Amino acid sequence: MEKKQLRIALAGNPNSGKTTTFNNLTGTRQKVGNWPGVTVEKKEGDIHKFGYDIKIIDLPGTYSLTPFSIEEIVARDFILDENPDVVIDIIDASNLERNLYLANQLRELDCKVLFALNMADVARSRGLKIDAEKLSSLLGVPVVFTVGNKNEGLDDLLKAAVDLANSPLVISEERKTRYSKEIEDAISELKDTIRNHIDPAFPYNPRWTSVKLLENDEIVKKRLEEKAGPPGKVILAKAETLRGRLAKFFNDDPEIIMTDERYGFIAGIIKEVQSSSTRQRVDISRNIDLVLTNRFLGFPIFIFFIWAMFQTTFTLGAYPMEWIDAGVGLLSGFVASLLPAGLVKDLIVDGMIAGVGSIIIFLPNILILFFCIALFEDTGYMARAAFLMDKIMHLIGLHGKSFIPMLMGFGCSVPAIIATRSLESRKDRILTILITPFMSCSARLPVYIVLAGTFFAAHAGTVIFCIYLFGIVMAIVTGRLFRTALLRGEDAPFVMELPPYRVPMMKNLMIHMWDRSRMFLKKMGGIILVGSIVIWALSNFPRYDAPAALTPEMAVRNAAVQAENSYIGRLGKTIEPFFAPIGIDWRGSVALLTGFVAKEIVVSTMGVLYAAKGDDESDALRSALRNSGMTPLSALSMMIFVLLYVPCLATIGAITRETGSVKWTLFNIAFTTGVAWSMSFLVYQGGRLFGF
Amino acid sequence: MRLNEMREGQSGKIVRIGGESKLRRRILEMGLTRNSEIYIEKYAPLKDPLELVVRGSHISLRVNEAAEIDVELTGQTGM
Repeated sequence: MEKKQLRIALAGNPNSGKTTTFNNLTGTRQKVGNWPGVTVEKKEGDIHKFGYDIKIIDLPGTYSLTPFSIEEIVARDFILDENPDVVIDIIDASNLERNLYLANQLRELDCKVLFALNMADVARSRGLKIDAEKLSSLLGVPVVFTVGNKNEGLDDLLKAAVDLANSPLVISEERKTRYSKEIEDAISELKDTIRNHIDPAFPYNPRWTSVKLLENDEIVKKRLEEKAGPPGKVILAKAETLRGRLAKFFNDDPEIIMTDERYGFIAGIIKEVQSSSTRQRVDISRNIDLVLTNRFLGFPIFIFFIWAMFQTTFTLGAYPMEWIDAGVGLLSGFVASLLPAGLVKDLIVDGMIAGVGSIIIFLPNILILFFCIALFEDTGYMARAAFLMDKIMHLIGLHGKSFIPMLMGFGCSVPAIIATRSLESRKDRILTILITPFMSCSARLPVYIVLAGTFFAAHAGTVIFCIYLFGIVMAIVTGRLFRTALLRGEDAPFVMELPPYRVPMMKNLMIHMWDRSRMFLKKMGGIILVGSIVIWALSNFPRYDAPAALTPEMAVRNAAVQAENSYIGRLGKTIEPFFAPIGIDWRGSVALLTGFVAKEIVVSTMGVLYAAKGDDESDALRSALRNSGMTPLSALSMMIFVLLYVPCLATIGAITRETGSVKWTLFNIAFTTGVAWSMSFLVYQGGRLFGF
Repeated sequence: MRLNEMREGQSGKIVRIGGESKLRRRILEMGLTRNSEIYIEKYAPLKDPLELVVRGSHISLRVNEAAEIDVELTGQTGM
């Protein structure tokens, strides 16, 4: 028997339990990708039930289908253009009124829609009683009760969806949202115009199209022009006239009146189907917020949580990092013992294993950090963090939610940039991505330790602290600059829900953590591998025919000569004039070039080039640096350059991926390098003027 | 009176929502429509944004966004 295929889309408000329901329906058989062209996560899962192959598509969580945010556009376009067999709207039963807004918009779309009244238990405990049968008959939509996090009602839900898919689409005209007479008149006039001017093959329902045109929906207008050709112009002109008429009648924009009337319609439904007396939330959530967003305690607790997150990430992460380090060491030792000495061995051991090893070692940090972020998100604390921080972040023109990614930047820019996904507005996302690399990541610390330790011995700590501070200042200054010059325009409305606190489910946390970490491994792994090979090749060719190294000193010298004569060494000398004004010699230049792959490499390159030798590497490097003619001022200049210049290859990969634009990536590379050079120049030349 | 002039613990009713169209619609879509009852839960520690309860859900708004909303006081519970 051949299996029948069904496609079911899940829609719903954020925090309605949609993700939990999706995870419970599909288990771990999920595919995570991006919606075409945008950086909104797309999740799909396949299940087999009732003799069907069912593909479940998780649409982004939205409050409405007004095409303002990317999420809303993605969700609506999917339903309009991909025609899923059934759309299940996950409704938070404890908050029926607000959730019905989206539900009602879905009904207007003329697709087969099914309501899942989720978290029915919470609703019951709040004394809300919902008459599902009445709701179903009033709206002409099947309704099923579910408790997503307890796996209750999910079979019924799927069964209802399959039944719905097999039945003809009927949403009778009387069941539709009714607007006031003036609007209904305008709708039917416009509907007639559409019917008269467009062939029946036009994909969208005429009533819905009329409603959207009266609401001045830019996307529907554009589609109409594309699909209908010249007659489209007539329709648009008619819509414009009708809008003018309505605006005059109501003395307000038609879309505002219509939103108002939809809520009026919903309020009517609520009166019929829901019985309750409680108006305000008197529950645990409110009591938790008495403490967590308290005027005096809010910030200390927030700072404590952040501190705890970093502590866990770096102290707990240190153990597995050691194991990975040891593992990579064992692997390269093992491989080295198998292969004969020569180019291939160098390529595999020094190029590939060392390069990828230097990135994979961050995996524990990244897993823990993402686990903490998932915890903040799933409990509902993330919205409170945004609530607390918004005033401060707004000074840079950013949303309160940008704080977390920027803070994560002190750990590693890669997860920080991936974490900007929690921001809703694309502008905020790009701005946050552009300035996050100025938050000094942990990989830069070894460079500061070596340079500051060598040249500012007693004050090293203070100097390093100032460097960090300088990074923050630069992020703020450039953030403001971008906001006023490049990413101008209205701030996205802050209007945000503070959802009730929930006990997170381990399964969801693990899925969230793993999804994001997998992305890090997959994409960054590839880029790093290629990058390491390129840098390795540039620094090993052309080959220097070294005399056999009889002593360790000679081996060190051989390595230095090899580096000096390699392509990258020559490149360093070629670009020396570029670095000379900021007090960095060719060796420093080469080190900075290799730092493009990963900032940790800067230190090891300096080790090779300054021909440091000895067992205690860092001591040797320090004396070599002091003897090389570097001054405290040029060391400071170099630290500032390291702080600000091009983020590492993995970060660049993350930027390309998350902005979805090569243009922004190139801009970021040019911009950060420009800022780094200018600042180092100011410090170095300024310092010389003052006689340092 | 404007919404941002309300104090913690006061409740009121929305009379009019002004401001630029996109913001207005966002506000409306979150359930802050004309005649809906609101309750000011609290202001953030830095006095901006504020948290209010409408239709049973907790919504936060920036003070300058709240300044676009005209309200009428209906009650004073709590503080």
